[in-house]
Amino acid sequence: MAKEKKELDVRFGKFGTVSFTSTTKVNDFIDRLEKGKISGTKCKTCGKVYFPPRADCCKCMGKEMDWFDVTGKGKLLTFSKLEYAPVGFENDVPYSIAVLDFGDYKVFGRLSSDIPDSEVKVGMEMTVVANELPNGQLNYVFQKA
Amino acid sequence: MGKVGIIGVGQSAFVRGYPGSIRELVFEGFREAMQDAGITTKDINASVICSAPEYDKQRSPAGVFAEYLGLTPQPTFYVETLCSSSSMGVRLAYSLVASGLHDMVAVVGFQKMSEISSAESQERMGRGADIQWESPFGTMMPAYYAMHARGHFAKYGTTPDDLALIRVKAATYGQVNEKAVYRKPVTFDMFSDPENSMSGPVASPLRVGDCCANADGSSCVIIANEEKCKAFSKKPVWILGLGAASTSVNMAGREIFSGLTVGMQAGEQAYKMAGITPKDIDVAEVHDCFTIAEMMAYENLGFAKPGEGKDLIRSKETYKEGSIPVNVDGGLLSKGHPIGATGGSQIRTIVLQLRGEAGPMQVKDPEIGLVHNIGGVGLYGNVTILGR
Repeated sequence: MAKEKKELDVRFGKFGTVSFTSTTKVNDFIDRLEKGKISGTKCKTCGKVYFPPRADCCKCMGKEMDWFDVTGKGKLLTFSKLEYAPVGFENDVPYSIAVLDFGDYKVFGRLSSDIPDSEVKVGMEMTVVANELPNGQLNYVFQKA
Repeated sequence: MGKVGIIGVGQSAFVRGYPGSIRELVFEGFREAMQDAGITTKDINASVICSAPEYDKQRSPAGVFAEYLGLTPQPTFYVETLCSSSSMGVRLAYSLVASGLHDMVAVVGFQKMSEISSAESQERMGRGADIQWESPFGTMMPAYYAMHARGHFAKYGTTPDDLALIRVKAATYGQVNEKAVYRKPVTFDMFSDPENSMSGPVASPLRVGDCCANADGSSCVIIANEEKCKAFSKKPVWILGLGAASTSVNMAGREIFSGLTVGMQAGEQAYKMAGITPKDIDVAEVHDCFTIAEMMAYENLGFAKPGEGKDLIRSKETYKEGSIPVNVDGGLLSKGHPIGATGGSQIRTIVLQLRGEAGPMQVKDPEIGLVHNIGGVGLYGNVTILGR
């Protein structure tokens, strides 16, 4: 009897304009993103909070994680607008990458493309929302709070 | 444990589109170091080959280059920490010699960046970051460093003009360094001239003039124990201090965007090992892959207090005649930045300075020099302190 071929769970290949990772133990991040949630993980054993989410805790060596959703406002720590892009991202130019501080964790991502440059200031409050890209891929972007 | 020193340094010219294969490029830096040291390949007990991966097709370059350099059957291996690969190679060679395992080790750094296009190069450099969580957003080195520039501006009031001053200084010395890829002058006014390429946007707030020049190049540093140093060299340069650190690859894990923690930590370790303070440094090579990187290095290494790096460059204290000359060989900005060769080239510059052989770039009678070499976006940091 032929063995049934186990299908690889490649959900993570949907993350970003170009994904460089097809599978991860935190593939559920993509399902949650499809539902509009941007999520990190929290270690069930020691409570350490991780964003981006991780399957393994390097503080207590635990491997049991709970999901949590990024909610509320984060503070814009820094950003940069790219006028030139690496291979695979040419159609996205220009776009801005940025980091938000939520206190217990920080989130790296893109600024929403509809915010005028003149309105972007370090220290401003922003929220993070799920975003579908023109090529059907998913990411998340920061919007003015 | 005796002292560990450097008896030979060499580098190829840093160029665009090297007209030869990689092993031939590697031989250029190696030949200069061998002739400088006055040794034969039999004197070398091991080689450490350093580069960043994926700029060329050669897998496992150590064996290939060891054979071409005439360093077989001695052991050889590959070391990689992106842009600081060859400084990390020197750290490893130090430990190999200090442990007594080997008497003399060659550290060979190389990169032939012209095998791929600039956009492909940016894509590979972008993947020197977090490929799972960041690269899918479209990241590249200039943008990551630009985020640090923005952080520095916001915290300390530094301006794009301050960064332009650093580029002008680099070009001052790139013009007199015959190994440099960019030999032309850069003036402050070019940055405000929309017709000039220097003012072109790359990743705000960084402009074309804020970015280093990609190049093909190789470097070589010959490390030896005290006995061999004294036997072979009239002017050995001693390794007085070493520091190295790492941090979160993802920007979400960074504590600050106004400096690089790996530079601070590596610097503190190296100063402590050497038993000196920043005031004792007479000449320095710092990792200026972007102008903001040099600005942060001034502060992270203690040449200026946090936020006061701009005062150093405004008052020209980091020029050759200043209180702390920095990158008076043109730096990565003008000399060029062939990733894996850069650390070895920086060390070469300081060794020549300490020997009084730096020609038109010579600083007056330096006794102690420092090399600061960063890999990735402050992912890896190495500081090496050298003395006569």
